[in-house]
Amino acid sequence: MVLVYAESPGGQLKKAAFEAITYGKKVADLLGVDCAAITLGTNVADAGQLGKYGASKVYNIGSANLDGFDSQLYTKAIADAAGQLGATTVILSHTSTGKSLCGRLAVRMDAGSVSGASGLPTNDGSFKVTKGVFSGKAVATYEINTENKVISLMGNALKPEDTGAEVGVDALGIEVGASALTTAQSKQSGEMVPLPEAELVVSAGRGLKGPENWGMIEELAGILGATTACSRPVADTGWRPHHEHVGQTGVAIRPNLYIAIAISGAIQHLAGVNSSKVIVVINKDPEAPFFKAADYGVVGDAFEVVPRLIEAFKSST
Amino acid sequence: MKLLVCISKTPDTTSKIAFTNGNSEFDTTGIQYIMNPYDEWYALVRAIELKEAAGGSVTVINVGPATNDQTIRKALAIGADDAIRVNAEPKSSMFVAKQIAEQAKAGGYDMVFLGKETIDYNGSEIGAMVAEYLDQPYISYATKLEATGNQATVERDIEGGIETVNLSTPFVLSAAKGLAEQRIPNLRGIMMAIRKPMNVVEPVGANDPAVTVSFELPPAKTGVKLVDPENMGELVRLLKEEAKII
Ligand SMILES: Cc1cc2nc3c(=O)[nH]c(=O)nc-3n(C[C@H](O)[C@H](O)[C@H](O)COP(=O)(O)OP(=O)(O)OC[C@H]3O[C@@H](n4cnc5c(N)ncnc54)[C@H](O)[C@@H]3O)c2cc1C
Ligand SMILES: Nc1ncnc2c1ncn2[C@@H]1O[C@H](COP(=O)(O)O)[C@@H](O)[C@H]1O
Repeated sequence: MVLVYAESPGGQLKKAAFEAITYGKKVADLLGVDCAAITLGTNVADAGQLGKYGASKVYNIGSANLDGFDSQLYTKAIADAAGQLGATTVILSHTSTGKSLCGRLAVRMDAGSVSGASGLPTNDGSFKVTKGVFSGKAVATYEINTENKVISLMGNALKPEDTGAEVGVDALGIEVGASALTTAQSKQSGEMVPLPEAELVVSAGRGLKGPENWGMIEELAGILGATTACSRPVADTGWRPHHEHVGQTGVAIRPNLYIAIAISGAIQHLAGVNSSKVIVVINKDPEAPFFKAADYGVVGDAFEVVPRLIEAFKSST
Repeated sequence: MKLLVCISKTPDTTSKIAFTNGNSEFDTTGIQYIMNPYDEWYALVRAIELKEAAGGSVTVINVGPATNDQTIRKALAIGADDAIRVNAEPKSSMFVAKQIAEQAKAGGYDMVFLGKETIDYNGSEIGAMVAEYLDQPYISYATKLEATGNQATVERDIEGGIETVNLSTPFVLSAAKGLAEQRIPNLRGIMMAIRKPMNVVEPVGANDPAVTVSFELPPAKTGVKLVDPENMGELVRLLKEEAKII
């Protein structure tokens, strides 16, 4: 069986969970086995929805000790569930949670693991799966040579596919100890979709000259329902908050659309964004290196082009 | 406080990425190596700061061949007290984690620091593996760490927010931007590093349950389509009708 851990922070299933279950179903089909989902914690809303995306069963370990994240407890819970259900392959989302679990689970389950998988596996005698390496500058194929396998799936690697019907949720009786951690959370990005999950991103760089000029960036993002990002110097000088910094040392993203405004396209910046499906570059310098990585380019002054683009989007909807 | 910092060696961020041997191996020709930035700038420096404030020691560990000694010396020059090199050419994350965990068990450290990921293979899984081998808590993507006695408070980046975790030692942590500020080794540090102990140990047996078998460069962009800056309606049309992205 393929067991997919569906993340539900605060009781709400994440988009990443629907991607993971869609992926898990395809892996299960490849292996000729069933695909089930597991949720952790009390009060997970609408877990039966996972059935629509490919889970033939949905399980829940409804312990309040799993309401806050603790990689030690989560690993034990998922591994125990896999053992009880006879699952040999576990799929996770490559989120801050999944990244803390992937290697742990691999050790606990004596499994080979690939974290941040970007493609579907192949199984022609040996089980292989691809992932981006060298900060998106190459793709590597990994071979997993153990019976048990753990894979964490990169965000936006595939689209959730709603094909089936809702299923019921079964409680799993698994002993969960108390956490040795106390955790508290605070939000930082307001109403926007968090950067690692965003499908549309509007990003701007040092060419904008100062934080007072970000109004048009936020307006453009607002119209598109996009999340805002920035280059490193912009975050380092405090024009924008650190969590907006994308690139080699910041957040690595792979949205469907990345609009880069007044960013030169240094190699360390590209490292975090070059897996985006479509890249639009707006820069007044036709020689800016970013144009080489772009799908669409506009050579012009951002202070003139961006307001025009905002108007064009407004009048097209 | 007895601290262990895991350091790795990666190609410089500007390296040209190419493959050899039928695309089965990374082409190291002409590659300049650096210490993985997350290990050097954040994990190592924060460990050294804690030692400076509260006493104790900072040991660095690397799993790799003798050619890594230069990178290890740099860590000693920045301020680590001693080093362990596990003499092996690693093929998998699991192998590396097993070696680190063996040394960590033997040393009885209060905290084990790693970088959030290596910038070559972008695994971000060795820290979790080490924590499981040690059966200790693991806090990934730490951006802030305060510790007094055996109590610590860690802030970590999560999607769209920050999580604050309180816990007691021992534990394993991976470092992200914000945990500390990069330190440049000074001449005195470099001189002192020459005499600091570097213990070379042989690896324990371990499996390689997941290994890379081939590489591929992403398809090259077909070239940028330039749009007239006066005509943003055209860009919107292209995004809708050609790219079908919005
Ligand atoms: C180890 C290392 C790691 C790094 N990690 C990162 C990282 O994670 N992320 C990152 O972003 N950087 C990173 N950097 C820094 C990177 O090398 C670049 O310095 C940085 O990305 C440049 O930011 P920028 O493009 O905003 O600024 P600049 O290089 O100053 O470019 C500004 C651009 O704006 C254009 N411009 C100016 N005015 C206008 C206008 N009115 N209209 C339109 N265009 C205009 C200019 O033509 C220029 O191309 C890293 C560097 C190192 C050494
Ligand atoms: N060969 C190695 N020796 C020691 N530590 C390592 C080695 N490789 C990786 N690490 C540590 O593990 C972290 C995460 O690596 P990875 O899981 O491969 O992305 C790195 O930032 C280092 O701190």
